[in-house]
Amino acid sequence: MSDETNSGPVLTADGRSLKKSLQRALRREKLRALMLIAPLLLFVLVTFIAPIGDMLFRSVENRIVSETLPRTVIALQDWEYESGEAPGEAVFAALAEDLREAVKAKTHTRLGTRLNYELSGMSSLFRQVGRKLRRMDPDKPWREQFLKVNKKWGDPEVWGVIQTYSSPLTAGYFLNAVDLRLTPRGVEQRPENERVYIMLFKRTILLSGLITFMTFLLGYPIAYLLSNLRMKTANILMILVLLPFWTSLLVRTSAWKVLLQQQGVINDVLVWLGLIADDQRLELINNATGTVIAMTHILLPFMILPLYSVMKTIPPSYVRAAKSLGARPFTAFRRVYFPQSIPGIGAGAILVFILAIGYYITPALVGGRSGTFISNRIAYHISVSLNWGLGAALGALLLVLVLALYALYDKIVGIDNVKLG
Amino acid sequence: MGKLPPYATLGEKVWHYAFYVICALIFFFLIFPIVVIIPLSFNALPYFTFTPEMLRLDPAGYSLEHYRDFFTNSDWQKAMWNSLAIAPMATLLSVSLGTLAAIGLSQSHVPFRGPIMAVLISPMIVPLIISAAGMYFFYSRLGLQGTYWGVVLAHAVLGIPFVIITVTATLVGFDRSLTRAAANLGAGPVRTFFRVQMPLILPGVISGALFAFITSFDEVVVVLFVGSAGQKTLPWQMFIGLRENISPTILALATILVALSILLLTTLELLRRRSERLRGLTPQ
Amino acid sequence: MKLTTTLMATSALIASSLAAGAEDMTLVSWGGAYQASQQKAYAEPYMAMHPDVNIIWDESSAEAVAKLRAMAEAGNTTWDVVDVVAADALRLCDEGLAMPIDPDTQLAPAPDGTPASEDFGDLLVSECFIPQIVYSTTFGYRTDMVGDKAPESVCAIFDTETWPGKRSLEKRPIGNMEWALICDGVADEDVYDVLATEEGQARAFAKLDTIKDNVIWWTAGADTPQLLADGEVVMGSTYNGRLFKLIVEDKQPVAMLWDAQMFDLDGWIIPANLSDERKARALDFVYFATDTQRLADQAKYISYGPARKSSAPLVGKHAELGIDMAPHMPTDPANAKHTFLFNYDFWADYRDDLDAKFQAWVSK
Repeated sequence: MSDETNSGPVLTADGRSLKKSLQRALRREKLRALMLIAPLLLFVLVTFIAPIGDMLFRSVENRIVSETLPRTVIALQDWEYESGEAPGEAVFAALAEDLREAVKAKTHTRLGTRLNYELSGMSSLFRQVGRKLRRMDPDKPWREQFLKVNKKWGDPEVWGVIQTYSSPLTAGYFLNAVDLRLTPRGVEQRPENERVYIMLFKRTILLSGLITFMTFLLGYPIAYLLSNLRMKTANILMILVLLPFWTSLLVRTSAWKVLLQQQGVINDVLVWLGLIADDQRLELINNATGTVIAMTHILLPFMILPLYSVMKTIPPSYVRAAKSLGARPFTAFRRVYFPQSIPGIGAGAILVFILAIGYYITPALVGGRSGTFISNRIAYHISVSLNWGLGAALGALLLVLVLALYALYDKIVGIDNVKLG
Repeated sequence: MGKLPPYATLGEKVWHYAFYVICALIFFFLIFPIVVIIPLSFNALPYFTFTPEMLRLDPAGYSLEHYRDFFTNSDWQKAMWNSLAIAPMATLLSVSLGTLAAIGLSQSHVPFRGPIMAVLISPMIVPLIISAAGMYFFYSRLGLQGTYWGVVLAHAVLGIPFVIITVTATLVGFDRSLTRAAANLGAGPVRTFFRVQMPLILPGVISGALFAFITSFDEVVVVLFVGSAGQKTLPWQMFIGLRENISPTILALATILVALSILLLTTLELLRRRSERLRGLTPQ
Repeated sequence: MKLTTTLMATSALIASSLAAGAEDMTLVSWGGAYQASQQKAYAEPYMAMHPDVNIIWDESSAEAVAKLRAMAEAGNTTWDVVDVVAADALRLCDEGLAMPIDPDTQLAPAPDGTPASEDFGDLLVSECFIPQIVYSTTFGYRTDMVGDKAPESVCAIFDTETWPGKRSLEKRPIGNMEWALICDGVADEDVYDVLATEEGQARAFAKLDTIKDNVIWWTAGADTPQLLADGEVVMGSTYNGRLFKLIVEDKQPVAMLWDAQMFDLDGWIIPANLSDERKARALDFVYFATDTQRLADQAKYISYGPARKSSAPLVGKHAELGIDMAPHMPTDPANAKHTFLFNYDFWADYRDDLDAKFQAWVSK
């Protein structure tokens, strides 16, 4: 064998370079993997990611003003809010013409509703003028006629709002979602009695944290017990853990209603035991307590399952070794066992927390006034108040929070290591 | 837990038994709310309340009225058929696409594995109200809102993370040399899949399918948005039962479903034992 | 694989069996006893006459405006006839989401030939709205929890000293704001003038503040009856028909407090932009379902007053219980001693404003 062949590229049996051949094999393997994944990926992108993106776009979309009042928006360009006066006749004439078309297309009330999010009173302003527009005289000055309908039309504040929100994209909804608002003067805080969202976000995070801690407190002993029992017994007890997991959420929530209300089972038992007086029944539902109890129950399996799968891998010999070296049982547990179970706690805690902050049905049914979450507000804006932009902005903020937690989860546990049952 | 060693101190003994008591209490917490609905489902009055007659164990306080209602009321029957038409189809979609993708994901070289995984898992972590609202607007535009297929697609996508998670979990323990051996012996990839891989990952697939099924079968937020009257599923009907007409029929249904869940869970447990036997892990 | 094939075959079979059959017409309503009365009085006789039409119900009236708006935006309206309260009908009509109706050509005249516009009279509050019933939001209280002093005035809800315990109120400004002002000393006829001012609104909220911690806020019609049946609240507001069922049919220890009952209307609208065929079918149904006899029939099943003058003399006994329905109607003179008329124009103008303020107030 000569040196030449040794120094040259390694060849495969059919005479091609091994490196290239391996590369090709690798590429083929990658391609095959991608082909297997592609259908699902496409499916999820179309049926799930696209809808969410579409909804989130509503949080900045704001074409309604420029589409409903195109002439007014252009006419207002020359007007300055700082002048402290309402704009002149030309703008009023443009508005009258825009409104005449809007009333015909029945879009002026929606515009009023939209602008009312930013300045209280805009909705009634547009409705009134919409009703009276037909009886106005086009030959007389518009300005006076508008002011006769409602003198607020002379308020620069009204025009400032129209001008500020005339662009097709707006940060207004996001500002509203954090209790701020965009005014002609710039960003300011909302009036004190309208500031609720920061408080709701805080409450959602706080209560979810509490729920996560409660599931940890209750889940840890159970997972410990299950992982130290014989497999057969553990699996049978596991059914007790999974049964609530598989029972309809609505049913479990209504069961908690029956248990927790003032004339409910728990209060009855406490009264019967003489622990509380009949007229001192505890308020366990329609407040934050109700939400925490019911959601702890509902999310407990999500804590137990990851904890259990980690604890199963902790060899019992470590604790035994610690004990034989003279450690007291508690010390052995605290110094040897507990640290090894921390990955399970991390996994369970983040999973429970992620699920908790997005909860909607349970807080709605048992949370009353003080136990509802930001999701309930999103639902309210989507289906009752019809402020879809604000609903989307609140949703986007919540989603950012969840995705950050997910990234954390992926980093700590790795999404591949989630186990279910 | 094992047995206490004979040299255990009094404190250790007390703690040992206290621990069992604590665990028993937690199990009680887990199960009690489910047990409590069973007697209530036999309530003679249409409210979720333990009446004095029921507490006296007076037979007049009990009735099968709500069970009869479930089986004769056309709303409930239609809801059941809708659920049975939607859940299996959604399951089928998420299982077939999910299993393929899980196999792809478990190959050793997958480009962009992290981001892909994140996208596929996202239906589980995005708060339901956001998913529901998004699908509502988007599906409306595609003409899918209020149709059978709209609900099926929405439910299928919600079930996908469960399939991905359970199937990749079984593939982690999968011995790759088996497929190579099959290929060596002349089997094509399709044949290898069905004859070698499929039987081994089947428990994971089935358990993923059960999760996907229950996701659809128990889902109420998304179907309320994406569905319309023609797709009223059982949870939807239950939601109405809670909100609009106080109808303990949902408790009767819940009792039936709990019985079914126990059945399903037992099946799952048996399947798992079988899988462990197949993979050569003997239960302790 | 066998499992999958079977599953596929079964669900395909079920799906196709659901799709087959008569043509579906989707009616949207509120669920519960109310929807059941519509089913018996309108839908069943209509389907008996038209075997080719299959009526299905969607219990989405509470979200009707949101859903109709989304459907219109997508150009795919799946509902045919929608039951809404008058305030929602006004809003839908304002936004062009509901179809205008000409009562004299598109609705049945009274049996004596009086045109529908006259028969319904003032109740035609919007050109899109076809009134069906007059109902009232009023209070029920637990007779065994009020001691020996039964509440007689609506202001009992603000008197937590005489009647301690929780109250249930609807989680919206309409009704609550008016009651708060009345009980704060505002004369009935001045309520809306006061409520139109910032100070008046603050005054109403201040009055509500005094009982804020004693209120369970409800959103669905079934909430208050359930809370009363459980003894969770001592008194609560809800629709009078719900209380009728609770008191008369289920024989719960609850009594009516009719004082300052808030009259409201409920009726049908037909969504705008239906195809001609569906529009014709919807109009045909509405013509049938709002004639004099049908409206009177509905009162056999639930204690709401029919919206036509000509239906009133036809109201008889409850279909199953055989009791006279007249004394249970909100319009009965004994019940209507002190009523409060709901001002639609005011709420159309101020709803957005007050809704936002109320919701913020309630979340605090």
